[in-house]
Amino acid sequence: MASLKTLKLRIGSVKSTQKITKAMKMVAAAKLRRAQEAAIAGRPYAERLEQVMASLASKVAIGPSSPRLLAGTGKNDRHLLVVATSERGLAGAFNSNIVRAARRKADELIAQGKSVQFYLVGRKGRPINRFFPKMIAGEHDMSEVKTVSFADAKAVTDDIIRRYEAGEFDVAHLFYAKFQSALVQTPTVKQIIPVPLAAGGAATTGASAVVDYEPDEEQILADLLPRNVAIQIFGALLENAASEQGSRMTAMDNATRNAGDMIKRLSIQYNRARQAAITTELVEIISGAEAL
Amino acid sequence: MQMPLHFELVTPEKLYRSADVHMVVVPGSEGEFGVLEGHAPFMSTVKDGDLSIYPTAGAAPERIRIEGGFAEVNERGLTVLAERVIEA
Repeated sequence: MASLKTLKLRIGSVKSTQKITKAMKMVAAAKLRRAQEAAIAGRPYAERLEQVMASLASKVAIGPSSPRLLAGTGKNDRHLLVVATSERGLAGAFNSNIVRAARRKADELIAQGKSVQFYLVGRKGRPINRFFPKMIAGEHDMSEVKTVSFADAKAVTDDIIRRYEAGEFDVAHLFYAKFQSALVQTPTVKQIIPVPLAAGGAATTGASAVVDYEPDEEQILADLLPRNVAIQIFGALLENAASEQGSRMTAMDNATRNAGDMIKRLSIQYNRARQAAITTELVEIISGAEAL
Repeated sequence: MQMPLHFELVTPEKLYRSADVHMVVVPGSEGEFGVLEGHAPFMSTVKDGDLSIYPTAGAAPERIRIEGGFAEVNERGLTVLAERVIEA
């Protein structure tokens, strides 16, 4: 039986842990709201860009002369997995879910005899190194970043596109957690290079109107393709930020509740021990008095 | 009486401006162009420069500096998708 003193210390330490988890939960809740707003504010741009891309792509025939970002390298051998995680832990299974999704995909690709490289955005993707040592091609440090800005996404995109132009890989996939609610975040895979275009999307955007292009369609398309990749990555980073906070909020809520349960259990144990100590003392005094 | 032009300036971060104005002059990559209501469907890339917004005919323009992006004119109005907006 633990002594009274150790029990008391134990209760004290669990209490202070609970205070921390409670504070983290509240901070995450506040940040979640802001991250959600940012994700929603970013939607109009992504939607319009997608519309324009669809209507442009319907006008330009994919041939050997089309931009490589659209047409691909003609091969499908080397894959780059861009894994977007958070910079901080204590967010439940958020990071490990994303990493697991990436690992599964990598295993699958390797089983098909393809070569795989990783590009990490965020510090918490590093455990990948344990499973696939020496396959991390690059990393983008986001530790100084408080709120994700487009400039970050642009920097990542420029780096990835530069590698693509240099012929380091043929296909790029992006891994992130799609934000559904504070309770549900789904790890998601998306192909970003070559740019996948939704077929038939153009018909809905009124592409029948005669549109003047300046410069011509192909050049605009070439200009928009990298931008589209950047927007995809930016959108994913925003979703990720919201998911991270949502996941942390739920995790910390659970932790706070568990700490509460533990305090209750320890208090009961403490009180029992205290009472037992008093009883023993009384018995000692009484039997001492009787002996006289 | 001329109808106002519906103008939207969007950045990746947010819908920066949405308003009905008289005319907007856009710094297109192949020369500046002004857009009034009823402009033919048109699409152009944009170079870094000032976007001049004329709230009413003859009024002094409001200038917004934008970087990178493109402009689209369709039956709904003018949409400028800029990579960055630099606040004056």
